[in-house]
Amino acid sequence: MPQLTLVEAVNLALKEEMTRDPRVVVLGQDVGRKGGVFGVTRGLRREFGELRVLDAPIAEIGIAGVAIGAALAGLRPVAEFQFADYIHPAFDQIANEAATISYRSNGVWQCPVVFRAPCGAGVHGGLYHSQSVEAYYGHVPGLTVIVPSGPAEAKGLLKRAIRDPNPVVFFEHKGSYRREREEVPEGETLLPIGQARIDRQGDDVSAITYGIGVHWARQAAAALEADGVSVEILDLRTVHPFDREAVARSVQKTNRALIVHEANKTLGVGAEIAAFLAEELFDSLDAPVGRVAARDCHVPYAEAQERAIIPNAAQVVEAIRRTMAY
Amino acid sequence: MAATVEAATVETATMAATNDAGPLSGEEISLLQGWYRTMLLARAVDELMWIVGAQGKAHFILTSRGHEAAQVASAAALRAGHDYIFTYYRSMAAALQVGVAPEDVFRSVLAKRDDPFAGGRQLPNHFSVRRLRLPAGSSSVATHLPHAAGAGYAARVLGEDTVSVAYFGDGATAKGDFHEALTFAGIWKLPVVFFCENNGLAISVPVELESPAPIHLKGAGYGMPGVRVDGCDPLAVYRAMQEAVTRARRGDGPSLIEAEVVRLVAHSNADDQTVYRTPDELAAAQARDPLPRLRRRLLGAGVAEAALATWESEVRARAEAALSTAEASPDPDAADARKYLYAEA
Repeated sequence: MPQLTLVEAVNLALKEEMTRDPRVVVLGQDVGRKGGVFGVTRGLRREFGELRVLDAPIAEIGIAGVAIGAALAGLRPVAEFQFADYIHPAFDQIANEAATISYRSNGVWQCPVVFRAPCGAGVHGGLYHSQSVEAYYGHVPGLTVIVPSGPAEAKGLLKRAIRDPNPVVFFEHKGSYRREREEVPEGETLLPIGQARIDRQGDDVSAITYGIGVHWARQAAAALEADGVSVEILDLRTVHPFDREAVARSVQKTNRALIVHEANKTLGVGAEIAAFLAEELFDSLDAPVGRVAARDCHVPYAEAQERAIIPNAAQVVEAIRRTMAY
Repeated sequence: MAATVEAATVETATMAATNDAGPLSGEEISLLQGWYRTMLLARAVDELMWIVGAQGKAHFILTSRGHEAAQVASAAALRAGHDYIFTYYRSMAAALQVGVAPEDVFRSVLAKRDDPFAGGRQLPNHFSVRRLRLPAGSSSVATHLPHAAGAGYAARVLGEDTVSVAYFGDGATAKGDFHEALTFAGIWKLPVVFFCENNGLAISVPVELESPAPIHLKGAGYGMPGVRVDGCDPLAVYRAMQEAVTRARRGDGPSLIEAEVVRLVAHSNADDQTVYRTPDELAAAQARDPLPRLRRRLLGAGVAEAALATWESEVRARAEAALSTAEASPDPDAADARKYLYAEA
């Protein structure tokens, strides 16, 4: 098995799916000649041609809308938005159009589009190259929102997303793009949508997270081993609709829960999971549900300010200690 | 195929209206007779919709009244079931022309379980028929224009000679979706026809407050021909549409057609147009009604008054029977309210 970064894993997923199915196309700004600003689509244009790896104008309504129309007419488009920060003009197309097509056509029409974008801070990108916007899409019935945590996860989930009949919003943390290599299976290894995964077994507290949060939780779990605290890490993978059964199973075992994500805290994914725990698992909890998330702010450019806003592993350690001490 | 845009030779033309008094060929008379019957059916269905709305049997009514000639004649230039048709909420006459059944229009108006477009979930006149390649439309203005461009892109990728058409109103041309769709289609020379039905009003806002320039002139900015036709003259519409469809099908790219039509009634049953349209304006619109005009033309071409009267009564009976059939359909089950949120794999 090759050792790949997340960028290389997404590239391989696209290449394999485009080879397997001539209906799979990629469109977005800079995806062709340049191979993507992060290199995700590198080499694809040479292999599949400029029509199937289409350099779109910098027009997000058009990128999303053209992908939707192409899906209605039989293609399996993967639309790339250069940064999650720039997907906002396409929100109407994704939330009002793609997400509603099955529902308002009595299940007759489907909209199999994957809307991909790099998300996340930590690369000194300032307000417009750092956002985590998954919660906006999590509010929309009909959408599936996926945030993979690592290379193998990204490849298996993206391949499944491309084959799914529903619109999928797929956010890749740019801080994870080249942080690590891991073994990534080639070929038909598909990972399920809507199913969380135990990243690390533990007994004392459940760290419920996704994306780069899994990375922080791993660091925190390793640090807490010295204290004798056994952390279970639940990687949601699909943040909407999230895997309620897996969350319940883990919390029923550990009786303590901490939710970790990089996106802003207020009305974030963590708020929904905390509400689910309060509604459905109140009797299982030995401590209040904790949350580690961004401090409800835009992401500033200055390094010290960015660090002051975005969560990190140390905050996860601290929060778990608080939960354990309750 | 290169995406290079050559110095585009772009015509912008105002097409002369065909002369109503001029002679018609046998083929033209035959086309006009068929279209007249579809236009009559659309009008009869529209009128009955407003009646069931007034009776409280339907919540929301949207109209195509005054747009029938433009819709029927343009849709007649398409290959139904082969070309993709992206409609909007005024497109009832176009839908009937390509084969949508009036029973289904009424099932949608009455939000019946067997409404094949949406099972009663979506407002009336939001058509959706897979076998007709008529994808479900939303209620948002202009959002389906990029979809038409996308269907044109799909035709290119799949190597099919499919054309896609987007129907929309004058108000839609102010939206970003219009700009981005025409940009995309123009750059990649996609087989798309953008068919604007300009009735001069976005609900109450007049076209001069929506568009700073005549709509057909906008085509030039996107490297495509823009033509203006009298949308109440079905032959003129048909010729313009045939040219645009032929151009698209042979790979020469998209076109923008502006068909000047009239809106004969209010935007919807929730609108009172007398607040913003004067009696003179309403009378002027009425004088351009495409149905009596086509009737006169057919009479002038030698079609017998008795034949026209027979069609008119047949079509009315057909529309009334369709309404009765739809009224007998069951209502949707409330338990199905969340059905189809996600498609089954």
